[in-house]
Amino acid sequence: MGACGGCGSKCGKQRGVIRLGVDASRLDYLVALAGNPNTGKSTIFNALTGLKQHTGNWPGKTVTRAEGMFEHQRKRFKLIDLPGTYSLLSTTVDEEIARDFLLFGQPDVTIVVLDATCLERNLNLALQVVEITDRVVVCLNLMDEAQRKGICINDRRLSVDLGVPVVPCAARHKVGLDELVRTTHEIASGALTAHPRHVAANHGTMEAVDELVPMIQSMMPGMPSVRWVAMRLLEGDKRIRQALQTGELLQLAAALASRKVQQPQTLAQAKLVPA
Amino acid sequence: MDTLDDTERTLASLTPGEQGVVQGLSCEGLTRRRFLDLGLVPGTLVEVALRSPLGDPTAYLIRGSTIALRKDEANKISIRKAV
Ligand SMILES: Nc1nc2c(ncn2[C@@H]2O[C@H](COP(=O)(O)OP(=O)(O)OP(=O)(O)O)[C@@H](O)[C@H]2O)c(=O)[nH]1
Ligand SMILES: [Mg+2]
Repeated sequence: MGACGGCGSKCGKQRGVIRLGVDASRLDYLVALAGNPNTGKSTIFNALTGLKQHTGNWPGKTVTRAEGMFEHQRKRFKLIDLPGTYSLLSTTVDEEIARDFLLFGQPDVTIVVLDATCLERNLNLALQVVEITDRVVVCLNLMDEAQRKGICINDRRLSVDLGVPVVPCAARHKVGLDELVRTTHEIASGALTAHPRHVAANHGTMEAVDELVPMIQSMMPGMPSVRWVAMRLLEGDKRIRQALQTGELLQLAAALASRKVQQPQTLAQAKLVPA
Repeated sequence: MDTLDDTERTLASLTPGEQGVVQGLSCEGLTRRRFLDLGLVPGTLVEVALRSPLGDPTAYLIRGSTIALRKDEANKISIRKAV
């Protein structure tokens, strides 16, 4: 199949991308789309997969996890569209779906979609995501809106400051998506490594985390995002503590890791899914 | 917004169109963390966007996003009114 041979009339402007819809027959990389509500995640998802997730100009449209496929340079990517979230720490029910996937679904790459017209707000989530994974690409979306509002962003400087690649996009006009896919592929394959800058925690906290991590690991072998879990325990997060004790957390991780599980997975719902 | 009212009150006391600047949060734990994640740190300008017909919840404009808060939540956010 040629670069653009598979998609016929549906082909957009992304030359290197073949939209595969829901055909998940083979899978090389798993990619999650994270971001605040209304930043264009589903617009990107639709453009790359050819599917039709609900989009529109109000927050909270995507309420469960949606999956779609695309191909790029003979690699097949499964893209996960997640509900918008302001935080990974203090989540609402919709937000839990996003948080649980980002923490325990172990995506090969997480694309954090930022609204370029309100970076200050959006960067909070980006900083929380780089705390849990190095495999991050920042998509600086709505660049056309930013330009219209006279907002000028130094994306290279932002990339240096965050320590992860930043790709400016205007997803609605299919601008920047080729570069986004290329960069995502590079991070997925390891051709490009990000070195995110982390918010400094104090020495005592770090020591406590270092002490807790091996304990959690021996209790729950194979559990992802152990440092994050350790931080929550130190903060006294009762929900996480309970989920850890009952084995709920490990179950959720196992369910998500199988990568075949359909539809919404939250801490609350994981119990209902047969092992 | 130039000056601030002298008296501290809660966000719930503002009416649509009015603005206030966050002074502090009177809550702990997850609720506090959630407010901080929504951008409600001291010094943040908040405007009342619209109130639902029954008066609860109310939509606030916070750092470029419209966010709905219930009255009991807004009561935990102390502000000084912008005049
Ligand atoms: N001008 C402009 N509009 C965009 C761009 N990307 C997305 N939009 C619009 O922004 C709105 C929100 O897009 P969605 O894709 O639904 O956003 P989302 O992040 O999936 O939203 P939630 O699922 O509610 O969190 C839609 O009206 C899109 O058409 C862009 O690059 N430029
Ligand atoms: Mg969406």
